[in-house]
Amino acid sequence: MSRLDVRKTYKLYIGGKFPRSESGRSYAVQSASGEFLANASMGSRKDVRDAVVAARAAFGGWAAATPYNRGQVLYRVAEVLEGRRAQFVDEVAAGEGLTARAAAGVVDAAVDRVVWYAGWTDKIAQVLGNLNPVAGPYFNVSAPEPTGVVGVLAPQASSLLGLVSVVAPVIASGNTVVVVSSAARPLPAVTLGEVLATSDVPGGVVNIVTAQTAEVATWLAAHRDVNAIDLTGVAGAEGVDWAGLEAEAAGNLKRVLRPQVANGEPVEPDWTAAPGLERIRAFVETKTVWHPKGL
Amino acid sequence: MTVSTTTRSAAELTAQARDVLGVSRLTNRALTSWLHGLPGVDQVGCEGRVAGLGTRSIKTTSKAWAIDTAISMIDLTTLEGSDTPGKVRSLCAKALVPDPLDPTTPRPAAICVYGDMVATAKTALGDSGIHVAAVATAFPSGRASMAVKLADTRDAVKAGADEIDMVIDRGAFLSGDYLTVFNQITEVKQACGDAHLKVIMETGELVTYDNVRRASYLSMLAGGDFIKTSTGKIQPAATLPVTLVMLEAVRDWRDLTGVQVGVKPAGGIRTTKDAIKYLVMVSEIAGEDWLTPEWFRFGASGLLNDLLLQRQKLATGAYSGADYVTID
Repeated sequence: MSRLDVRKTYKLYIGGKFPRSESGRSYAVQSASGEFLANASMGSRKDVRDAVVAARAAFGGWAAATPYNRGQVLYRVAEVLEGRRAQFVDEVAAGEGLTARAAAGVVDAAVDRVVWYAGWTDKIAQVLGNLNPVAGPYFNVSAPEPTGVVGVLAPQASSLLGLVSVVAPVIASGNTVVVVSSAARPLPAVTLGEVLATSDVPGGVVNIVTAQTAEVATWLAAHRDVNAIDLTGVAGAEGVDWAGLEAEAAGNLKRVLRPQVANGEPVEPDWTAAPGLERIRAFVETKTVWHPKGL
Repeated sequence: MTVSTTTRSAAELTAQARDVLGVSRLTNRALTSWLHGLPGVDQVGCEGRVAGLGTRSIKTTSKAWAIDTAISMIDLTTLEGSDTPGKVRSLCAKALVPDPLDPTTPRPAAICVYGDMVATAKTALGDSGIHVAAVATAFPSGRASMAVKLADTRDAVKAGADEIDMVIDRGAFLSGDYLTVFNQITEVKQACGDAHLKVIMETGELVTYDNVRRASYLSMLAGGDFIKTSTGKIQPAATLPVTLVMLEAVRDWRDLTGVQVGVKPAGGIRTTKDAIKYLVMVSEIAGEDWLTPEWFRFGASGLLNDLLLQRQKLATGAYSGADYVTID
């Protein structure tokens, strides 16, 4: 007698919980070769709104955590990610059409990427901050602080390594994040949510909405309570108006991280390349303080 | 906004109560048998009805209307031991201009403060028409002698309070001493003079819906102009089922006596979604006559900000955030 399949319900990850989409919608996710993989929740603008509320609520605590503590938490994420290796290899292989061997390489790179950013959390201030020389008996200190709630359009093609590479730098400095996952390859994002939920990341620090990018991106870009937006996922997304998103983002002077461009078109970066500090630097604000020098 | 106060003497109120009860002398026994003769509340049915009404979808122009109506029904409240004149003044400033980005925003109905802050609030609000409500009678516990409660009330009225929010003696009510509760309300009512009297039943301490119904009738019988759920200091504060029972009571009371009494849920109403659920219920249970600030109020502080955010969302088309409203 054959055993019945126990299929996983892929849901959203908002405020540390796994709700279905408020809209009640779902969509079929296909593998790279066109076979049915699973049904994923199709997030709506209200799910994005709820995610922003959760991210805002979590911001105070996460920004106030010591950088050392954030590093520990991120390292823990890497540990749990490693523990789920087999599952991620399957999902990445199916979704991105890779061989098992290539997919394993991608998962390894994703784990290493998280560890890399975990190491950066307590070094950001040293590299991006400064003790400024001034003409007077003052210490003049510039220090980076997190921007706030950051909206991220995750890369469309690289569903795990790309996703981790855009989320980790944002939260490393103390921001909280609302991620709109790859529309066609959302499954690793949902599983990453399960990793985050079990690895000491406070609920609401990372919120993942699986959705049609074009449908929800405008609402995220226009949202007045979002302080910055990463448009990486514009590359290769269907029907997304990049200029329109930037115009909406200007409504409350959001910081905008533009996608990489080649031949006038947005393209996905090479995620296997060494990351550098650009993505951390894009989402910090410099605060400069004058402090009188004692004798 | 005009508030029709019914200034009746204690003797008149007692006489009316005798008529309603159909007795020649108002005794605790008569009150008990009348209050306990009220039909019991079907708990499951009541909660089911609330859940059903809560699923109504209110969108676009209806939503815009509901948000503006809800704002105009708010008793903007600060009842903390740490209240300062400065905090009361800033709350008054907020009531006068709820949203500096949009001058068409309606103003809330009243400012609700402790008695000693009435004069400050009165000065800050001037002749804007926004009422000043004062909590009195040893709020929130109500555990003080009658002389103290009356002095508390007179003080607030003298300082210029337009509305008095009194608490009933829950101890007396729960031990079945309804006549004491009745007498206390009528006495406070006299002390109020022209000020409007809201009777806080503190439903969170009344335990059952049957008690809520009895306390509602008792408060109306004793001349309360408004019945109010809670002080906001006890959990649970206002809930939808409790408010439903109270709305039924004021509706039936008007049928019985011709006197209309207002309802004020207070405490725990924080979101626009909640507020709209209450409005739907007012319309469905009590009727449209109650859908004005004269007959229905929200006791709240944080609710105003959420209503303003929703109002901004409707105006601009983009979700708004806490950076665009004041921190109270």
